[in-house]
Amino acid sequence: MTFARRAAVVAWKDLLVERRSKETLNALLFFSLLLLFVFQFALGPDRERLAGVLPGVLWLGFILSALLALGRTFLLEREHDCWEGLLLAPGDKSAIYLGKLAANLALMAFVETLVLGLFVIFFDIDLGGALPGLPLVVALGTLGLGAVGTLFAAMTAHVRAREVLFPVLLLPVQIPVLLATVKATEALLLGESLGAVAHWVKLLAAADVVYVVIGLLTFDAVLEG
Amino acid sequence: MIRALGWLAAIGLGVGLVMAFGVAPRETTQGNVQRIMYVHPPLAWVAYVAFAVVALASVVYLVRRRPAADRLAHASAEVGVIFTGLAIATGSIWGKPTWGTWWTWDARLTSVAILFVMYVGYLLLRGTIDDRDRAARYCAVLGIVAALDMPLVHFSVYWWRTLHQPPSLMKPGGFSGSPAILWPLLVNLAAFTLLYAYLVAKRARLLRAEHGALA
Repeated sequence: MTFARRAAVVAWKDLLVERRSKETLNALLFFSLLLLFVFQFALGPDRERLAGVLPGVLWLGFILSALLALGRTFLLEREHDCWEGLLLAPGDKSAIYLGKLAANLALMAFVETLVLGLFVIFFDIDLGGALPGLPLVVALGTLGLGAVGTLFAAMTAHVRAREVLFPVLLLPVQIPVLLATVKATEALLLGESLGAVAHWVKLLAAADVVYVVIGLLTFDAVLEG
Repeated sequence: MIRALGWLAAIGLGVGLVMAFGVAPRETTQGNVQRIMYVHPPLAWVAYVAFAVVALASVVYLVRRRPAADRLAHASAEVGVIFTGLAIATGSIWGKPTWGTWWTWDARLTSVAILFVMYVGYLLLRGTIDDRDRAARYCAVLGIVAALDMPLVHFSVYWWRTLHQPPSLMKPGGFSGSPAILWPLLVNLAAFTLLYAYLVAKRARLLRAEHGALA
């Protein structure tokens, strides 16, 4: 089996289990709906103020649901004693990382699309002007979040207090991604062109490359035993 | 050897203190408040050195799997967190009379604060893993991620906002102040670096003793 094929098998396995059990997905969808309530209560009905904080709030929604989704990356293996099975997979362990990352990205993309849709409906945002740029920024940000999240999820899977430790480790490392995505989203929603946020997009792309490369190189050491 | 390092650090700090208060002139605009400059930049410098050492030791550990490299990373991270905390505290004390505020979300302050929480997380991760080999591997990965993240943090926060004065010592063109200020600062930089080396050596030896006793 080639490297790509092994990664695809891991991703396929995770997505298949998720499609059949819908454990994470159902909880995430409901959670993102609840987030809308919370944001609405916290911010009040004032449309002017809402427009100003919307990019930040949108990413807060993405991050909170991503934290939940990513934290569960290795739950299946841990709870059903399949960890050894995963370790016994032949060849380079970084294929497992890539597969897990791909499955996480698919899940996050699904939830983010939904959250974005809910935002458009409930907060009445006009995505028209931001259209070519926003999906790009969201995709780059999600890749950065997922790349480090998948790695850290493997690290915290066997640790005491992992539910607390996972966000505590992930959030500080992800500050560049959060700043870049929020600032770029803000500018795009104000109707600026993609060229105006080029420096943020480049930063995100650089961050993604750095994170994925670290993940691929170090995952072997994380999964060792 | 370690003891000699300790004495060198102590002498250096003593000389540095005397120079900061006796040799260095009173600054015209800030007055005596400015003398905190002989402590604040050296603390920040040591913090950066400490985290660079963590990153290097982490890489060495992942490649060679020497427990000594892990102990060095552990010791350096602990000392680094302390010095980062002290740098933030002294910066606050300096900021109040000169900028009029204890804290502001300026680029440099924010990136150091991020550095601080990142490595507090590193120490938390260490504290929650009982298996020593696993703790070493995971922390090595985190040490590398954190170090490579720093340039990204720097640029993102810098584009976000900035107020801190630009670096006065390590910048193209060299130091712009007078030699009367430069020498006390350099002595303190050297003394704090020695203090760092002493603390790390001491802590690493203590860790070796701990691991030996537990094994």
